[in-house]
Amino acid sequence: MTSTATAAPPKQRRQRTISIGGAILIVIYTMLPIVWILSLSLKSPGDLTNKKFLPSHWTLGNYRTVFKTSLFTDALRNSIGISLIATVIGVVVATFAAYAIARLDFPGKRAILSLALAIAIFPQVALLGSLFSMWRAVKLYDTWPGLIIPYVSFTLPLSIWVLSAFFREIPWEMEQAAQVDGATAWQAFTKAIVPLAAPGVFTTAIIAFFAAWQDFAFAITLTSTNRARTVPAALAFFTGASQFQQPTTAIAAGAIVVTVPIIILVLVFQRRIVAGLTAGAVKG
Amino acid sequence: MAPITMNHVTKVYGDGYPAVNDVSLDIADGEFMILVGPSGCGKSTLLRMIVGLEDISSGDMLIGGERVNEKAPRDRNLSMVFQNYALYPHLTVYENIAFPLRLKGVSDEEIKRRVEEAATTLELTEHLQRKPSQLSGGQRQRVAMGRAIVRQASAFLFDEPLSNLDAKLRGQMRTEILRLQRRLDTTTVYVTHDQTEAMTLGDRVAVMRKGVLQQVASPRELYEQPLNLFVAGFIGSPPMNFLPAAIENNQVKLPFLSYPLPREVAAQIGSSDLLIAGIRPEHFADSSLVDENKRDRGITFEVKVDVTEWLGSQQYAYVPFEAPDEITRHLAELQQELDSEHMRTQMIVSLDPASRIRDGAKSELWLDPSRVHLFDPRTGKNLTREMTIAAQAAAAPAPAAPAPAAPAPAAPAPAAAAPAGAGSASTSAAGASATGGPAEPPAAPDGSVRAT
Ligand SMILES: Nc1ncnc2c1ncn2[C@@H]1O[C@H](COP(=O)(O)OP(=O)(O)O)[C@@H](O)[C@H]1O
Ligand SMILES: [Mg+2]
Repeated sequence: MTSTATAAPPKQRRQRTISIGGAILIVIYTMLPIVWILSLSLKSPGDLTNKKFLPSHWTLGNYRTVFKTSLFTDALRNSIGISLIATVIGVVVATFAAYAIARLDFPGKRAILSLALAIAIFPQVALLGSLFSMWRAVKLYDTWPGLIIPYVSFTLPLSIWVLSAFFREIPWEMEQAAQVDGATAWQAFTKAIVPLAAPGVFTTAIIAFFAAWQDFAFAITLTSTNRARTVPAALAFFTGASQFQQPTTAIAAGAIVVTVPIIILVLVFQRRIVAGLTAGAVKG
Repeated sequence: MAPITMNHVTKVYGDGYPAVNDVSLDIADGEFMILVGPSGCGKSTLLRMIVGLEDISSGDMLIGGERVNEKAPRDRNLSMVFQNYALYPHLTVYENIAFPLRLKGVSDEEIKRRVEEAATTLELTEHLQRKPSQLSGGQRQRVAMGRAIVRQASAFLFDEPLSNLDAKLRGQMRTEILRLQRRLDTTTVYVTHDQTEAMTLGDRVAVMRKGVLQQVASPRELYEQPLNLFVAGFIGSPPMNFLPAAIENNQVKLPFLSYPLPREVAAQIGSSDLLIAGIRPEHFADSSLVDENKRDRGITFEVKVDVTEWLGSQQYAYVPFEAPDEITRHLAELQQELDSEHMRTQMIVSLDPASRIRDGAKSELWLDPSRVHLFDPRTGKNLTREMTIAAQAAAAPAPAAPAPAAPAPAAPAPAAAAPAGAGSASTSAAGASATGGPAEPPAAPDGSVRAT
């Protein structure tokens, strides 16, 4: 008895040390590339080969360069516009679809869910060639809708899965109570269900936004000019301030510019998601 | 404020199972009607058919004399308290209660006035700005009630509203609900599987079993004149004892005693020679404590008491007995259906706490055979019911009947005597129509008797 009781704390301490050490390793492993890019973006183009991790001279010149380049600013506009529109359409459609799947019993429900899963795991690269030819034929090549359509179709299945799981968690009674209280089916949905599903909707929206924001394959294949080219694709065409310099530092600055909003977005929504989840208890 | 009438209402779910089977029930304006039965018997389904959340497969549902089968829930003007309260977690208590009024487009001032009035009634005033997740179970329950009473609904529907509360709070809220119903005088249908709630709250109680209405009567009538074995076993705590009753030479032979077969029963049983006798625990007595002048009416017999439990105000003795296989099988089925926690191969005897009967001792008990119910084991029908009614009518104002149901502390005993006749008119054969209830609830209309 006594021996095990006294032996336990050192063992626990060792376990704690191991897990903290592991956590630090993981953080270093994942953060290193990001910090490196950040450091690159603050080096002057000539300083690229200084063989040091940190810049010799800290400069914001790269940021000025990228914001002066229309290739980048147009791409940024395209990225924001296309991702937002794809997200809104996808989330609205997914909300209705998921609600129907969670609440209604209709023939073919399982088939729809399986199909959605099949689409979600479908290798998207396999579609690029045929989409390229098709979009050129129907004049969607190098347009916003030309990118929005594939983004919506490929994020929809996952959104439906996530949201229907959320809807299933919301007790049926919530809605029935609203109906008894005098709500129409639409009012019950909007006033009782949607507010409760808000955390789920935010989660889904973030996932959908990410997918569109960071896509490279579709963006590079289905665009050819600044009309619809998004940032990930545009960075590949980057030449820097002049033809004669390595564009690496400018690309790094561009990468930081498109990463920061995502980080902020996640931090903001994460708080909402956690708050929404913990406030939602129905009974205790 | 409206009466609710059901005519041969049936609900068949997709799998073909009739969850509610040909139920006919009249609920008078302002009446407090209880739907009671073991879990899964279709109470909730019936309630949800009244409120419109469940389609009616066949039959008519009338509210205030108007057929509502095809009406959406929001057009029926009923309010309902759900088992898990179904409060809106994203709204404050104030907004939860105001929700039905907001949907109706009531003005802000009127909403404020009515929500505050409801909050005062339910002692929720300090909590109006809090969220449901910050409230205790009892407070949430009151918010759900506030949402129900804030608008002038035609009727209140409750689906096991107290089942998520602990025992003490349940007793308090039970009294609270009763007081509220008496004050608002609104037709109320209350679903429960708890017979204490059923006995203490209802003007009338409808007992259901597997979707079929068994008996609709005042709590007292259910207790004293159960229509069948199921109702007899369901109502009462500790439950009625069921003993094998062999019929030999016009004698009823129970495990410990025998007595002459009543003529009315003899006429009904034909050639069958095995019945089930139902005896309430409190109808036994320690023979040494029975009044001299009462003694002759009953039979004294000797038993071996296995265990006694002394509770201060009450004493229970357990007496094991042997039963033939056939009866044991019937009783085991019944017991399973009732979710009963008591083993029925022993008899429970309720004794005066002053009794000196002790464990393991041979003891003399006393029983008045006219209190014994005899049931047909095949149909479950109570063969002695007519006799009991006649005997009680003869003994009219005798206040002898013991308090039914569990000895719960805060439980107001259903003291209001059911007017003779009212109850008997309201019931008919088991499983068949139970319509034609009295126009008025049989309880004292001022409510003061029961709500204290
Ligand atoms: N949606 C449904 N589909 C099929 N059967 C159901 C459904 N809801 C309830 N039932 C069945 O109907 C019966 C009665 O259920 P319910 O009314 O909830 O019982 P209670 O409220 O008395 O416990 C049960 O046997 C249950 O399994
Ligand atoms: Mg139920």
